[in-house]
Amino acid sequence: MTFIIRFFLTAAAFLAAALPAAAQEAAMSLDEKVNAAFAGATGWFVNFIFMSIPGTNFPWIVMWLVIGASVFTLYFVFVQFRFFGHAIALVKGDYSDPNDAGEVSHFQALATALSGTVGLGNIAGVAVAVGIGGPGATFWMILAGLLGMASKFTECTLGVKYRNEYPDGTVSGGPMYYIQKGFNELGLPGGKILAVLFSIFCILGAFGGGNMFQANQAHAAITGITGEYPGLITGVIFAAVVFAVIVGGVKSIARVTEKIVPFMGILYVGAALIVLLVNFNLIGWAFGQIFAGAFTGLGVAGGMVGALIQGFKRAAFSNEAGVGSAAIAHSAVKTKEPITEGFVSLLEPLIDTVVICTMTALVITISGQLIIDPATGNYVLNEAGSAIATVGDTSGVGLTAAAFGSAISWFPYVLALAVVLFAFSTMISWSYYGLKAWTYLFGEGKTTELVFKVIFCLFIVIGAAASLGPVIDFSDAAIFAMAVVNIFCLYFLMSVVRKELNSYAARLKSGEIKRFHH
Amino acid sequence: MKLVIGLDGQSSGEKALEFAKSLAASMETCELVVVYVIEWSPFSFQTAEENAQRHKRREEEISIAMERVVNPAVASLTDAGLSARAIVRHGDVADTIDDIAHSEGAGQIIVARSSAGGFSKRIFGSSTANLVMNARVPVTVVS
Repeated sequence: MTFIIRFFLTAAAFLAAALPAAAQEAAMSLDEKVNAAFAGATGWFVNFIFMSIPGTNFPWIVMWLVIGASVFTLYFVFVQFRFFGHAIALVKGDYSDPNDAGEVSHFQALATALSGTVGLGNIAGVAVAVGIGGPGATFWMILAGLLGMASKFTECTLGVKYRNEYPDGTVSGGPMYYIQKGFNELGLPGGKILAVLFSIFCILGAFGGGNMFQANQAHAAITGITGEYPGLITGVIFAAVVFAVIVGGVKSIARVTEKIVPFMGILYVGAALIVLLVNFNLIGWAFGQIFAGAFTGLGVAGGMVGALIQGFKRAAFSNEAGVGSAAIAHSAVKTKEPITEGFVSLLEPLIDTVVICTMTALVITISGQLIIDPATGNYVLNEAGSAIATVGDTSGVGLTAAAFGSAISWFPYVLALAVVLFAFSTMISWSYYGLKAWTYLFGEGKTTELVFKVIFCLFIVIGAAASLGPVIDFSDAAIFAMAVVNIFCLYFLMSVVRKELNSYAARLKSGEIKRFHH
Repeated sequence: MKLVIGLDGQSSGEKALEFAKSLAASMETCELVVVYVIEWSPFSFQTAEENAQRHKRREEEISIAMERVVNPAVASLTDAGLSARAIVRHGDVADTIDDIAHSEGAGQIIVARSSAGGFSKRIFGSSTANLVMNARVPVTVVS
């Protein structure tokens, strides 16, 4: 707890010092200052999370996520494939009791969780993965997405099972609740400590990947069209709008965004399909690059392992399987069977990673933005040797925009709008996740909630002003730190989920679980 | 015979109610079911915060509908010596009224013609037409 308080005090002092200086100093140098201070303040944390396994260059955290997802896949005997059809039926409402109409439906819980995950990870994150790890990273990303479905299933089932239902009819759920209550129920010690630890990381994750990364990439997308201007300006505007929604309660903005975002998602996939159809003769070649690159690296930095690490990292960052955030979003659903929400949630990594991320990766690969040495067929590295050289020296969201722009000249404008909206909706979602962790630590109440919301908005400004490197590192580190605690606890709690699964499967077979619509 | 009366909370609903009353009075035994549907779709998009408060809001919506529309209607029917009860449900107006009528085994659905203006026109304008076209139970539209 002292750690977190110290962290916020440092951040607040840092902002208090940095903001008035804005008036006196040239904006670029301020951006640089923010950047340096930020990198300095978070470096140790990032280094710890991404420490390599001794003797290799493989970060232990990536191994941790993949092992977790594989264990859940095996423990629940490939639940993601066995119950895939049932998950679709649940989302369609086939098993929804008409008397529960008006409550949160499976579809709504899924859509809400998806609007928190579908976003920049799918557009900018994939570009980072493919830019550094080459097209081969896509293969590992898809594999991680498929395995991650089992992690989601486990955490979301627990999220609903152990949520808090308050007398006024509102609900709060998420890993902090299932860790504490689940450990108590099983008679295991340390539940409360682990729940507190998770909450701290969740708050940091909300500030990092759920906030600064979004603000940063939204700024990058806007400057890609308007030309350079200080990130501080984007940050302040974003912070003001988010403030209006989460503090001012201007629901109309959130409501409009929630309605536009799904269409933006469909538009994005549609545009990707158009690019792929236009270049349909290259699709086979692109998949060839993906498979060849997955096992040889095709000359990218770090070779095959580099591709694998990037693929796994960006998949986890994009679909958040094992991170625990989705369990917070899914816990509001109305169901008598917690396991049904687990089934529904396993569709999330599929839509997010296996479908949308793969689209982005294919478009980037096909677009020819990644420079290939015609003599060897391998990719050419940039001057620093850290990533593949690209046509316009772009990276992140800029690379995705260039890739789409090479086929549909006006699409970068639509993409910039999509990025801004995705960033905004992800921020709104994460402000809720962070808030739930915050109120778990400090109690529910108007003042404590306001403190969190104000700090959240300040971080938007920092995120937009800092450059991509330190922000992406810190965002990844914070989100993965959540997964460290969450997956550790899921190992202890997965027996609870298996009991639910076995009981449900038996009742589904016997016809006790009724189908209401056909 | 069982009659289902679909109300929209507007004055035109009164006409449907009056019609049902006179129809029921002419029958030997008649049970009346007053239905009010709160327009809602399970496929809409909501924020996480709205989801967390959804159960509470739903209860509020139902109690408001009960208080303002359905209970007075049931009271006026029982005052007239008829047997009546109420159902308030969320969903698509036309589908839900049809579902209830079908599952209740009702002999007839009675609704008002869409009244002029704003809300009720939006809800009942197309809903009445949908109901007439798709209902599995005979529908009487009172104008």
